[in-house]
Amino acid sequence: MTTVRERLQADAAPPDAEAAAALAAGRRRWLLLAPALVVLVLAASGPLLVVLAYSFLTPGTFGGVRWELSAEGWFRVFFARDIFDPETVRLNHAHASIFWRSVSLAFQTTVICALLGFPTAWFIANRPERTRAVWLFVITIPFWTNLLIRTFAIQEVIRNEGLVNSVLMALGLIQAPIQMLYTDFAILVGMAYVFLPLMVLPLYAAMDRLDPRLLEAAYDLYASRVRVLWHVVLPLVKPGLIAGSILVFIPSIGAYVTPRVLGGGRNLMLANLIELQFGQGRNWPLGAALAVTLLVIVLFALFVYLRFASKDEDPRRA
Amino acid sequence: MAADGTADVETRARRDGAAAGGTAEIEIVGLTKVFGRGSEAARALDEVNLTVRRGEFFTLLGPSGCGKTTLLRMIAGFEQPTRGAIRIDGRDVAGLGPNRRPVNTVFQSYALFPHMTAAENIGFGLRMLGRPRREVEAKVAEMLRLVRMEPMANRRPAAISGGQQQRVALARALAPRPRVLLLDEPLSALDLKLRKEMQGELKRLQAETGITFVFVTHDQEEALTMSDRIAVMDRGRILQVGSPRAIYDRPADRFVADFIGDTNFLEAVVVRSVGDAATVRLPSGAVRAASVPEGLAPVAGGRVTVVVRPEHAALAEDGELVGVVEEAVYFGTDTHLHVRLDTGGRFTLRRQNMAGDHAPEPGAAVTIRIAESGLRVLRP
Amino acid sequence: MRERGFSIARIPGFGVVAALTFFLLYLPIVTLVVFSFNEAASLSRWGGFSLHWYETAFRNAQVRDVAWRSLWLATVAAGLATTLATMAALATTRTSRFKGQTMIYALINQPLMVPEIVTGVALLIVFAAIRVQTGYYGMGYLVLAHTAFCIPFAYLPIRARLETMDLTLERAAADLYASPWQVFRTVTLPLLLPGIVAGFMLAFVISLDTVVITEFVKAAGQDTLPTWMLGQLRRQVTPELNAIATVFLMLSVLAVTVFFILSRRRP
Repeated sequence: MTTVRERLQADAAPPDAEAAAALAAGRRRWLLLAPALVVLVLAASGPLLVVLAYSFLTPGTFGGVRWELSAEGWFRVFFARDIFDPETVRLNHAHASIFWRSVSLAFQTTVICALLGFPTAWFIANRPERTRAVWLFVITIPFWTNLLIRTFAIQEVIRNEGLVNSVLMALGLIQAPIQMLYTDFAILVGMAYVFLPLMVLPLYAAMDRLDPRLLEAAYDLYASRVRVLWHVVLPLVKPGLIAGSILVFIPSIGAYVTPRVLGGGRNLMLANLIELQFGQGRNWPLGAALAVTLLVIVLFALFVYLRFASKDEDPRRA
Repeated sequence: MAADGTADVETRARRDGAAAGGTAEIEIVGLTKVFGRGSEAARALDEVNLTVRRGEFFTLLGPSGCGKTTLLRMIAGFEQPTRGAIRIDGRDVAGLGPNRRPVNTVFQSYALFPHMTAAENIGFGLRMLGRPRREVEAKVAEMLRLVRMEPMANRRPAAISGGQQQRVALARALAPRPRVLLLDEPLSALDLKLRKEMQGELKRLQAETGITFVFVTHDQEEALTMSDRIAVMDRGRILQVGSPRAIYDRPADRFVADFIGDTNFLEAVVVRSVGDAATVRLPSGAVRAASVPEGLAPVAGGRVTVVVRPEHAALAEDGELVGVVEEAVYFGTDTHLHVRLDTGGRFTLRRQNMAGDHAPEPGAAVTIRIAESGLRVLRP
Repeated sequence: MRERGFSIARIPGFGVVAALTFFLLYLPIVTLVVFSFNEAASLSRWGGFSLHWYETAFRNAQVRDVAWRSLWLATVAAGLATTLATMAALATTRTSRFKGQTMIYALINQPLMVPEIVTGVALLIVFAAIRVQTGYYGMGYLVLAHTAFCIPFAYLPIRARLETMDLTLERAAADLYASPWQVFRTVTLPLLLPGIVAGFMLAFVISLDTVVITEFVKAAGQDTLPTWMLGQLRRQVTPELNAIATVFLMLSVLAVTVFFILSRRRP
């Protein structure tokens, strides 16, 4: 509405009225934006600042905080004090291992998604025009269905009495069920399963824009299939691969439901550790500091991506 | 390569061979391509037979959709024939992928690798062939020199002009020294001035390398000026193969005559026919000699179409055709006169402008004389 | 004479991996759906076809309660988010650059970038304080949290639609004496409607999907279907859960299909 009126007025108005019209248009724009911004500030961005503030406060006895400044929350993210001698400080090994597990699992998830997603995206991008949209739809359907339901579905398949073990035992390949549920492997499988479409979609977008003449040119110049893949396809779809990797890595490192359900509460990831501080741990400042740390990791990944993406000018536009 | 004495001799030998009928570089036998299936099937190529001689500049000419690009893509190995065979240098290439055929392509869109520099693009084929690094470097330098692109060696395609991209594409396809270079309307993206320049450049490169060129275009002028021989195509068939002069002066059928140059068609009746000559009676009653396409023996008394090029006719005191000027279009060096004939139909002739003379105005009655050997009988 | 086709797109092994991917992607879902029809209480041994577990789920008052709350919340939050996103999209598209544009985009898309767990604990902290101050313990918190989270999902398709719309249509309407409001109501809105519906569908599915934020924001007795299921997973699971999951699966698929069809239609 604003834009229409704004443009109409700009057309009709004499030059001296232009400034006034622009001012009115600006006011209308902010009026239209205001409700969304209020909601977002109130329930998305604002609370993040509160988390940052809480990370510097003192834990309350039964959860919550006391309004006393303290660096203890941040200190505890990285270090632990000896129970008997609080002056003895050592690295917090429990936290370090959870950090490591989170980064490592997120990284492995990204690699698995890339290995499965690349050929899948290639397959879809090379379907005839008419059926391509359908294939894309088929790959996105699981993504839009409830994350918890999908995680539950994975749980059923890899349980000791689940489909995989039943089939393997029926085939006589194993005598006793393989314990897969409640292991890091289960978390890995679950996350790869859940986040795979996030890898396929940007890869597909990049491959869809790939000029088939370039592949023909490469074959014409004596390249084998593997070399075409390595020297032509891969460099040209790299932006899509990076985008997909970021899209998978970020939710993986912050995953909460998958490690909780498939890791069985023993194999924690960062998100579970954070939750623990707000629940049984009753250490909100530590939880807040951990949350900020996770956010920093994610923002760092995004930052690297943006630097990477802007520096490496889009070669397909050449 | 041009500096290399032996290559030069070889080149000359090849060109002499081509001129004398030469050995076959590409032989195409009964080539048919059908796209799609059932009711949607479309015949892109229909029983094409063709021989391209070693070292010649061969052009496939025709309107868009005539099958010329399909034919080129089948020689390159991007498309598989439905029926028929392709032999390159005597060897049947059926089943060989494009990476195993001794031909290279210059694409219409150039298809330069956007993530590689000009030099890397040019060296790509040699690297894929596994040539030693030093050889690749030397060859790339030579190619850059050949297409005069040394200063742009380290630029990416996005950072050079269309004409320069064109040169890089050429150098890239020539670098592995293929037996045959396939060019798919490589000049169509260039503006007129650059296109003229590149036409000369292409001829020079072909002469210097002695490689057989198969050139696809829909531009008849381009085909006439550049080719040793031309194949005119329409709707998946080859209508006529011959030198530019033969194609222009002695078109085989109406399509070829119409597609190449401006043409006048006249209905005529065959009076007498012997071998490749005939006499025909024009609508005005005048009886004239006309040339006849090979293998066509018109029956006396039969109706035929004859063709006259605009420059093979002139205004005269006395001539075969009489009419009234409808329109006179001034072209600087000459004037095109559109004449309505008294016997019906239109006739266009080209009249050179001389200092101080005046072309007839519209409405003027004129008599047209057709030059000796200016008449050609067409295949029905 | 017939040759084997040379396809530039063929890369050895890729077809197999793609087939495997599609298989793995659907295996768990299909298993889930199949065992929802199991006569037996087992999730791995087939005991014959039955709608027994659907009946059980439907009779379960708790399930009805949480399912109803989920749908209600998704409808309200998606409705609000779509309204706000439409207004925001109208304000931010088809204009020249304005001051604060980058900040606004960042703000709108922020829920997409921040891990849900961080948003969850942030809301837990803020809402806990508000609860203590105001004594209000209602559904407002969940509605607010879900609305904010859904705004970017509603915003994207609406903005995409707006950007492809022909501005001259609106000028033509204005030229024919329509007031700005009439232009909006008779031209802009009808043209934008597929985008708005698509945005709503997406927001609806996202709200229905949200577990972590709900888990941290909900008060006692405010379980939605996902948080209730999350609690159930710790116990011995029966095909009743499969039946519930299947119903919600179908609901999501339906919404996404509508979204898919609408977003493919060109203006």
